[in-house]
Amino acid sequence: MSKRHISTTVNGDAAEFLAEPGATLLDALRDELRLTGAKEGCGSGDCGACSVMVDGRLVCACLMLAPEAEGRRIETIEGMAQGGRLHPLQQKFLEHAALQCGFCTPGLLVAAKALLDQNPDPSETEVRYWLAGNLCRCTGYDKVIRAVMDAAADLRQVRRAS
Amino acid sequence: MTDVMDRPALKVVGTRPIRPDGVDKVTGRAQFGADFHLPGMLVGKIKRSPHAHARIVSIDTRKARALAGVKAVITAADLPDLASQEYEAGESASNLRDLSQNCMARDKALYQGHALAAVAAVSAQVADEALDLIEVVYEVLPHVIDVEAAMEPSAPVLHAHLFTEGLAERPATASNIAKVNRLGRGDLEAGFGEADVVVQGRYTTKAVHQGYIEPHACVAQVSQDGQCQVWSSSQGQFMVRTYCAKILGLEIADIRVTPAEIGGGFGGKTTVYLEPLALALSRQSGHPVKMVMTREEVFRATGPTSGAVIEVKLGAKQDGTIVAADVVLKYQAGAFPGSPVGAGSMTALAAYDIPNVAITGYDVVTNSPKVAAYRAPGAPISAFGVESAIDDLARELGMDPIVLREKNGVVSGVKAVYGPTYRDIGYLETLKAIKDHPHYAAPLGPNQGRGVAVGFWFNVGGESTAAVHVNEDGSAVVVTGNPDIGGSRASMAMMAAEVLGLPVEQVRPIVADTASIGFSMLTGGSRTTFATGMAVTQAAGKIVEDVKRRAALIWDTTVDKVAWESGQAVCLDATKSAVKPLTLAAIAAQAGRTGGPISAEVSLNAQGAGPGFAVHLCDVEIDRETGHVTVVRYTAAQDVGRAIHPAYVEGQIQGGVAQGVGWALNEEYIFDADGQMENAGFLDYRVPVASDLPMIDAVLVEVPNPRHPFGAKGVGEAPIVPPLAAVANAVRDALGVRMCDLPLSPPKIRAVVDGLAS
Amino acid sequence: MVHVVLAGADGREFTGGEGAFDVEATSVRRLILALDQRFPGFGDYVERRMAFAIDGVIHQDAYGAELAPDSEVCLIPKIGGG
Repeated sequence: MSKRHISTTVNGDAAEFLAEPGATLLDALRDELRLTGAKEGCGSGDCGACSVMVDGRLVCACLMLAPEAEGRRIETIEGMAQGGRLHPLQQKFLEHAALQCGFCTPGLLVAAKALLDQNPDPSETEVRYWLAGNLCRCTGYDKVIRAVMDAAADLRQVRRAS
Repeated sequence: MTDVMDRPALKVVGTRPIRPDGVDKVTGRAQFGADFHLPGMLVGKIKRSPHAHARIVSIDTRKARALAGVKAVITAADLPDLASQEYEAGESASNLRDLSQNCMARDKALYQGHALAAVAAVSAQVADEALDLIEVVYEVLPHVIDVEAAMEPSAPVLHAHLFTEGLAERPATASNIAKVNRLGRGDLEAGFGEADVVVQGRYTTKAVHQGYIEPHACVAQVSQDGQCQVWSSSQGQFMVRTYCAKILGLEIADIRVTPAEIGGGFGGKTTVYLEPLALALSRQSGHPVKMVMTREEVFRATGPTSGAVIEVKLGAKQDGTIVAADVVLKYQAGAFPGSPVGAGSMTALAAYDIPNVAITGYDVVTNSPKVAAYRAPGAPISAFGVESAIDDLARELGMDPIVLREKNGVVSGVKAVYGPTYRDIGYLETLKAIKDHPHYAAPLGPNQGRGVAVGFWFNVGGESTAAVHVNEDGSAVVVTGNPDIGGSRASMAMMAAEVLGLPVEQVRPIVADTASIGFSMLTGGSRTTFATGMAVTQAAGKIVEDVKRRAALIWDTTVDKVAWESGQAVCLDATKSAVKPLTLAAIAAQAGRTGGPISAEVSLNAQGAGPGFAVHLCDVEIDRETGHVTVVRYTAAQDVGRAIHPAYVEGQIQGGVAQGVGWALNEEYIFDADGQMENAGFLDYRVPVASDLPMIDAVLVEVPNPRHPFGAKGVGEAPIVPPLAAVANAVRDALGVRMCDLPLSPPKIRAVVDGLAS
Repeated sequence: MVHVVLAGADGREFTGGEGAFDVEATSVRRLILALDQRFPGFGDYVERRMAFAIDGVIHQDAYGAELAPDSEVCLIPKIGGG
């Protein structure tokens, strides 16, 4: 089967790539666009390491076919830091030592940002259930949850100030 | 070696700076094993056995070779047929023949998922098609996976050449029992004769996987002159180099291995699966070859740790003095000998001072993937049995479980059951930390229970190399050969910064490839911060001596008139009262005039690692309707020697607890009647997720190890030892019934609850 | 004399079942040589398989480690880890 030409927007810029009809969005991001921040941990939507945003919705890039990205707006971990500045979530992950090996970290950050974009004041339980689709084997989640809660508090202050 | 430095004198060690590799990891830039790309790279894939045990009659690869886009096909015939030979590569000895045959089956497939052939092709699709075209004729054999079934004389025998080691006489027939090991002291019978109370139990654990989120991945390239390069995710680039050389019959000098960032290992990446095959495929095809496992392959063909049977019998006097202990351990090794039953035996009673002891361990081969190291290998399994029995003993005696452990606890000067006399241990201090913690006295809610358990791990030292280079502006680079799994680069930079008197931000640590730094054993055994940290500290110390000499030259005085204080050379020569102290930057700026670049390298074999003790306290709540157990509160104390970067030490403890809780409650390899693993994915093999766990309170107890310049002890392994029993003891407390078979999954809890109701 | 103790059953096939004995040695290297002389093959086995707990401090592969006249050396299986 021949490859298909796909036009999409990735992290705000127009992006085009060729994809086998059966290739996943994750394959396209990693192998065609060389955006390797999204990771494949399972290929079955169970680990969340490939979390990306598609038209504002959190998805596992391994569960979406690449041709389905046609005309969509995709955001990945590579677009989270704006210019030279880390997103507050990224900064808080560093300050709280919320990563050890760092493999699940891009997926956790994308998923956490999706939560805070829609719920600026989540409870610990809400954060835990929202991130239940993102497996981390190193940290026991303790510092991850603290980092997300702390970033949410900071973002609320920024919002109030502006 | 310098004396352990006092905490108040330390400026960097013990603080919590942001890790130097952090930004790359939160922005997606960090390059893990599968992120590497070379032009013209092929995709390598593996044909695996569908049978748990089968003789390989023939493998016909002709159709696969003929497929357009296929560039290489290999089987075991393309690898040297190695003789049985033990070889030390980085950490503990491995048998090279077994290692090779685990990478690629030669005569028999010994577990479902065992590699039989591999292909390299221009795309994943073509590689998959080629795998389907490989024709394998099998003679399917009866299989055995259960450890006790495998020990039966009537069991199917995996290896005709395997005769039990450790018996008084070599047995006449081959069996699946690779080794029997015995450890003990005193007179067991007399000991039990003295006992007022005897408790015993038979406990079982299932095989569980390390569960690192990053599947194994590598890229290999063999050039036309035979020079080999490997980029891979592993716990040791030197280990990969050695094993590839041995398995392929190559010269060490012809292989250069570059470590990628590693997405978790926990012991599971202390061996090779893909790298030798990728090199063989690259050699045959003339192209670089990338191989990445799927999650299913990770489950079916790598790790896990042993499933086991643990029998424990304890005898105690009415006052709580334990007088006798008899422990029998039967561990699955998987397809080749080498379960961690030896370490399981040695750690089983390491926290207890008991006069009469017998521990017997069986290493048993089974038709399941060859076990790999998993965090304190073997120790959580034996601790599950022993700590469950100790809990029962405390109940039987009506004693507080911590008081019982204190009464029998080891202290410095006491001889461990496994032989040596303890020095500088902090076990009682760690027990006290839990006894004094508010958690211990907090009230429990309905359907809740509380459990205590303790754990021990030796920790190791070993061979490491580190280099420190001072840049022209006085900043520094620290080079080591140890992959950074959990933040070790931060600790390396901190220790160097402490000695050099630099802000930690001015020290950049890197992990170098095998051609750029001297040999270092792999990252494992909780050795990196201890042993490699010692090399870094000594290298930084040499730099200090060097810059003092240079300062003396600049001041035209003698080196004994120069002191190093707060990162500056200070002149003590009374005749030079006008000179100002010289910073590292000031000296570095004149390096050319004082002897050239400022660099130091230290290679050592670190001895005298200090063991770690962990004491855990766990509260659970049981949903009697669903049988679901929730961990509602968890406190983990550990003697860490001295925490270099406390946040990452806490992280090690919290992560170990989470893995242990998964082992206790959810995780297990499930095999069907044909020996096929039924749950080879994260949906059905359920590791703990964020909503399964509470915050985990990590309490750091610091009893310094005088043999490390800052007092560090290994911290990564001890925390996975107690949770299995801590959870089980909490469930016992909540239900009033002892459950002995892990995991304590909802159906088992339901069965107990239903039994209580009727 | 250095007091040598075999903690477990490992290696006793070389010592005729003996688990403790006194040996004249001032370093680990000399101890290995002395053990091999006393029990042929045992030195090699110890080198490959065992670690040395010298007065409680664990040494692995350490020829140069010094032994005091009254040192206790406990031979235990080499330890790896995860």
